[in-house]
Amino acid sequence: MSAQAKHAERGAAILSARDVRKHYGGVKALKGVDFDIYPGTVTTLFGENGAGKSTLMKILSGVEQPTEGQIVLDGEPVRFASTVDARERGISIIHQELSLAPNLSVRDNIFMGRELVRNGSVDYAEEARQAAALMAELEEDIDPLTPVGELRVGQQQIVEIARSLSVNSRILIMDEPTSALSATEVEVLFKVIRDLTSRSVALVYISHHLEEALEITDYAVVLRDGSMTAKAERSEIDLPWIVRKMVGENFDLGTPPTGYEFGDVALSIESVSVADVSVAGRSAVDKLSLDVQAGEIVCIYGLMGAGRTELLEAVAGGSPLSGGRVLLNGRNISGLSIAQRIEAGLCLVPEDRQRDGLVQTMTVGRNLSLASIGSFVRGMLLSRRAENDLVNDAIRDVTVKTDGPHAMIGSLSGGNQQKVVIGKMLTTQPKVILLDEPSRGIDIGAKAEVFRLLAERAKQGTAVVYSTSEVNECLSIAHRIVVMGRGRIVAEFGPDVPKEQIMAASGESAAA
Amino acid sequence: MSQTNTDKATGESASGGGWFSRFDLVALLLEGRAFLGLIVIIVVFSWLSPNYFNVDNLLTMTSHVAIFGLLGMGMLLVILTGGIDLSVGSTLGLCGVMTGFFIHGVDLGSVTLYPALWVVVILVCCVGALVGLINGVLVAYFRVPSFVATLGSLYAVRGVALLMTGGLTYNNLDGEKALGNTGLSWLGFNSLFKIPVGILIMIAVAVVLIVMLNRTPFGRWLYATGGNARAARLSGVPTSRVTVLVFVMSGICAAIAGLVLTSELTSAGPTAGTTYELTAIATVVIGGAALAGGVGNIRGTLLGAFVIGFLSDGLVIVGVSNYWQMVFTGVVIVFAVLLNSIEYKGGRKAG
Ligand SMILES: Nc1ncnc2c1ncn2[C@@H]1O[C@H](COP(=O)(O)OP(=O)(O)OP(=O)(O)O)[C@@H](O)[C@H]1O
Ligand SMILES: [Mg+2]
Repeated sequence: MSAQAKHAERGAAILSARDVRKHYGGVKALKGVDFDIYPGTVTTLFGENGAGKSTLMKILSGVEQPTEGQIVLDGEPVRFASTVDARERGISIIHQELSLAPNLSVRDNIFMGRELVRNGSVDYAEEARQAAALMAELEEDIDPLTPVGELRVGQQQIVEIARSLSVNSRILIMDEPTSALSATEVEVLFKVIRDLTSRSVALVYISHHLEEALEITDYAVVLRDGSMTAKAERSEIDLPWIVRKMVGENFDLGTPPTGYEFGDVALSIESVSVADVSVAGRSAVDKLSLDVQAGEIVCIYGLMGAGRTELLEAVAGGSPLSGGRVLLNGRNISGLSIAQRIEAGLCLVPEDRQRDGLVQTMTVGRNLSLASIGSFVRGMLLSRRAENDLVNDAIRDVTVKTDGPHAMIGSLSGGNQQKVVIGKMLTTQPKVILLDEPSRGIDIGAKAEVFRLLAERAKQGTAVVYSTSEVNECLSIAHRIVVMGRGRIVAEFGPDVPKEQIMAASGESAAA
Repeated sequence: MSQTNTDKATGESASGGGWFSRFDLVALLLEGRAFLGLIVIIVVFSWLSPNYFNVDNLLTMTSHVAIFGLLGMGMLLVILTGGIDLSVGSTLGLCGVMTGFFIHGVDLGSVTLYPALWVVVILVCCVGALVGLINGVLVAYFRVPSFVATLGSLYAVRGVALLMTGGLTYNNLDGEKALGNTGLSWLGFNSLFKIPVGILIMIAVAVVLIVMLNRTPFGRWLYATGGNARAARLSGVPTSRVTVLVFVMSGICAAIAGLVLTSELTSAGPTAGTTYELTAIATVVIGGAALAGGVGNIRGTLLGAFVIGFLSDGLVIVGVSNYWQMVFTGVVIVFAVLLNSIEYKGGRKAG
């Protein structure tokens, strides 16, 4: 069947980009891309970090204007003056970086900018009813009056999704909607997506979870370095095809590093408890104990809300312990400040990069060097040369795609910002490194690169604690898998365990 | 390497081939806007009045600039961390009064102590630092928003100054040779190499602060704290300590400004420096700093001080009424911030 015939079968494209180019100063983010979206189908956009996926979506949804090229809606060339303009024409978008107001409630966030008005005032009751209905549809137990700032990242992502669903648009763009969702939540989202396509809504889906994306795809498009390199029907493609088109070779996330002996216990968590900030009297982490040896890679697997983030943050000194103690190489570090812990060799790559990981007003270089300022002080002053060396090494190590260390951090693609957060902490030369969902938004090549770096550090004697909600990641990096649930360790496995067993232990259905 | 967003535009343009010229021009205009403003002010007033652009008047004007510059630099440090210090005007007033108090002798019952001038200077700086310390501790450890904490000290500190003098002014601050506390007038009236001492002090403080902001860990911490305090803290930046120190420094800057002003006026009144906190904020804002924190530099703030000083004195010289002076000053400030927001629109975009 020719491509032409297929298009005829699918019907006319509802929204298209024609030879769209986008330049940011000297950076060519898009180099002439043609892209079509059809009603009732899910078009998935694959590509490495910085390939231009988000940029293309921003152009299609009126956030940015193309430098050159045309947008065609229903066969007519259009220009979106703003996102509101695009929304009024039936296009809405879920952004890769969450765009919620943390101080407002779930309800107010969902209806922000288009409040339901009755008799001249906002109809809060109706808004709350609709918000609750959306939460029910997404099978999420969230009170519409909860302030968004109190929700987990994953729940915030659900709110973001609910907001875009509430608009009832004809075209819905989802830029990495699932990066912080659990497998069950993803399943629910997919159910919603199938429901939307049956009502002939056109969807665009972007994700670095390739298997997951394949499950929902009707039509796949691959971007590479700002150009479209391939497009195909779901029936014609498989995982290796995508990876090949994305990065040009086949990637295997590998297996846990072997061939060396673990050292002494580097990190010892002794019956640690952490209070739950949102529910008084409850513990987010409940008398948990865990020892990690030098050179060992331990994955903490668990559903959202299992207490992984709270545990890691407390160990790193970001929040207080309500009981127990933490030892680093036998030394009690429970009373130390974050700076002292970093100095002592313990650091954390936080989960939420916008809130906890990056200083948005600073350059890439200064973000990378922020946690290791002490290492390039000469006398009392900072040494530019030493800092540049450090920063350039970090950029190379974690393969950040950037204009250079002087680029502002906000000009990087989402995945590359994530790499900066990881690079910043690797630069501190830690003896124990804690990573909280570090693979959020990074492409498969970069993930392999991060895994390689972690394996290398582990061989040199660094203890690695890696928190994830992806079983496959556990299996390709961990020497030991610890499953957490309700603030406790509920199971422990070696590296050769079937993934169904891990998921079952966490209380998750093995559906995904 | 400065921390402004314009840097980014220049950075891009450097590697941007064909886009070079356009971006550079925009960057230049934005970066230099305060400077351009200053030149426009000088040209316009020189044209309006022959008395504006001559040595005498320039010296008078720079001595005013020194006060605004000193206050502004302290304010900049606080604003860079995302806070605000409304107490600098009152601190300046209190420090002036303290200067008078010490020069007139501290009565210890049986003896009256006359500290030497350098001791007075140190004591007065300590007073400023103390006010800053209280502000800083309230903000960093008791989580009082800086606006509220320093609004409180704006009133309280001014009250203390009024209480100390009973509302009166200390005159005759020359001291006496026999007591060894002479020399205050040197600060405000003398000059080295034809440059008034006041402005030299401002330049010295500026040099110290520029080195601090750009070349020391503390400077880096300060920008990081203002850009994203949470992320900075998790990267090991002692954000609370940074906040306290920044208020202390602002207090010391206000104290130095108080000393210079007292010397220039040869009297110390408890109401000196009223509303100067607003002028200080204006200099910082005109200098391109963002009130949200993390963006701004000393060079800009000094330019802002020159703009405000040269503008207000120019208006006086050409005989514009007091009321119109306020209108003009207001317009200039808003215009500067307007340019600021244009810059941010072009410069910041999420990835
Ligand atoms: N505001 C900006 N200024 C300068 N460059 C930018 C800006 N926004 C994006 N870019 C550049 O454009 C390129 C494409 O970025 P984009 O965000 O579209 O990538 P992406 O495919 O979404 O990547 P990711 O998977 O990491 O989200 C990147 O090289 C990025 O650095
Ligand atoms: Mg993206």
